[in-house]
This record gives sequence, structure tokens and C-alpha cells, in this order.
Amino acid sequence: MTQTTLRNTSPKLDKERIPRMFWGKLLVWGLFTALMLLLGIKLYQTTLGPVSRGTAPDFTLTTFGGDSYTLSDHKGQLIVINFWASWCGPCELEADALEQAWRQYRNHGVMFLGINYVDTENEALAYLKKWGVTYPNGPDIRTSISQDYRIKGVPETYIIAQDGTIAGTVIGPIEYNNLTNALDLLLNQ
Amino acid sequence: MFRLLASTGITSLLIFYCFGEVSAQDAQPSDDEVNTIAKQLYCPVCENVPLDVCGTKACAQWRDDISDKLADGWNEEQIKQYFSDRYGIRVLAHPPTQGFNMLFWLLPPVSIIIAWFLVLRTNHNIFRKKHMYKQSIAKQVRAEEYIGQLENDLEQWR
Repeated sequence: MTQTTLRNTSPKLDKERIPRMFWGKLLVWGLFTALMLLLGIKLYQTTLGPVSRGTAPDFTLTTFGGDSYTLSDHKGQLIVINFWASWCGPCELEADALEQAWRQYRNHGVMFLGINYVDTENEALAYLKKWGVTYPNGPDIRTSISQDYRIKGVPETYIIAQDGTIAGTVIGPIEYNNLTNALDLLLNQ
Repeated sequence: MFRLLASTGITSLLIFYCFGEVSAQDAQPSDDEVNTIAKQLYCPVCENVPLDVCGTKACAQWRDDISDKLADGWNEEQIKQYFSDRYGIRVLAHPPTQGFNMLFWLLPPVSIIIAWFLVLRTNHNIFRKKHMYKQSIAKQVRAEEYIGQLENDLEQWR
């Protein structure tokens, strides 16, 4: 009984227990807050649409032929980035328009880059051959580029202005006239 | 002589049959073999649907790719590694437990442990408060008994 009384009232022991409890609670709440923050950030990211303004996320694309293109190396050039896949029906609707635009604008300093999203190489190459695509195309390894651009599906097209900012985003198949109008506008600026 | 010819013929047929089976297996893996690997993969296009039951064209192409690779002599680990390297670890049903990925494996059990810790601690605090209240009453009673005893002893000493 006397021991119990001493344990409950000893100022020395209380002084030791209070900080220990404080750090324990702090650790538990810290972990809980970190977990909630992580979940919150992930949820927030899923609500964001595709990148539509500001500086275009940089990336390096290695084409099916083995050439390498880094976006930041082409600053000062107008760039059209197209996300596509061989299994994507709507991509076929724009394949010809993109190729025609590329042939028309390649000599005006416009760069076209095709980014093949979640596709098998054989099917992707067969698609490129079928549609006679000649501009650089390569796989999106580990889907890192599509994640940076937060694409919601394919096809999606991004027009990067000469200053490296995103000048236009097209979700779904792009039409030849819309693309050439946008390119003309940016080239004449 | 006839027996010798017959046994040689049967043996040759058996050998041909056996090798024929093996070469046919090498050329075209069965759906079960493909699905054994496919069920361990998830195509990013159709989230939360394993590749073996996914009905999209993209998934069908992936299954064909697995089939081709099996026919080329790749083993399960090599194929999974290929898909992971090409499409990211999110395509794996069981991502490797190393680096940052460890967090995804650790978070659920750690969360459960923390939750249990909080429940036990709350229960303990409630129990402790009840116990302390009972103790304080008992202590008060005993103190009164002690004071009574002390007073009696003092009376007797006087």
C-alpha cells in the first residue's frame, strides 16, 4: 500500500513518465498524420486533369530505332507530343492527320514525337508501318512520361511552344485542321 | 528378326511421339501456362483487373506477348522482370519488397498495430482511472482505520 502511494505521488517518476508518454503520442500521431498526408496527396493527384499549362515536363524518349530525344534539348522549337497505342481505336482516326502535318511542318522546325503508351513492341511497330508513320516514335518506358503529363487515356496530344511551355492540349483524336491552325498560329508569333 | 524389327519400330514411334510432344509444347504454350503468369500481372489500362481475366485488346496483346516469350524459352521470372522494366512495377501483382515499395507492405500491418496500440492504451487508461478511484477510496478507509488505531494506541500509551 505504501509502495503504491509512493509510485502514484512520486514527482521524480512522474517527471520521467510524462516526457515518455509525450514522445510516444507524438510518434503515433506523427505516423498517422504522415499516412493521411500521403493518402491526401495521392487523392489530390488523381483529381488533377492532364497538364495543360506551364512548363512542359521534361523527358527523354528513346525511339524504337534507338535514337534519343530529350525535350529540353529542343527548346526554341515547336514540338507536338502525341500519346498513342496500337490497341487504341480512336488513335487510328488521327494517325494520318499527324503524319500529314509532320510532313508539312518538318521543314519549318516543328518536331513531332510519338509516345507509345502501354503497348507491345511488335504491335506498335505494325501500327506504325500500317499508317506509314515516319516521325520519331518510342515506348513510354515504365509509363513515366504519361504519368508526368497525367494523361487520362490515349490519344492525347500536347503542343509545346518554343519557350517550353504547353501551348495546347487535345484530349481524343486531333483533327488535321485544328493541328495546322495551332501550329501556324504559334509559328507566326 | 521380325521381333527385332517390330520392337525397333515401336521404340522409334515412341521416341518420335515423345519428342513430337515436346516440340509442340515449345512452339505454342498452353493458355494455362500463359495465364499462370498473366494472373500475376495487371495492365495499367484496366486497373484492378488481373491480366488473365481482362478482356481488352491491350490485355490480349500482353497475353500474346507472354505466349511468344514462353515459346522463346523465357521463364516466369524473366517475363515478369521484362514487364516490370517496360511498364513499371505497378503492373506486378506482388511488387518487390525493397526500397520505397517496402512502405506499401509495411503500412497496413503498422497501421493495424498502431490502431491496436491506441485501443489498448485507451482501455488501459480507463481501467487505470477506475482502479485508482477504487484505490483512493480503499486508501481513505484504511487511513481512517489507521488513524483510529493510532488514536487507540496513543490513548493506551498515555
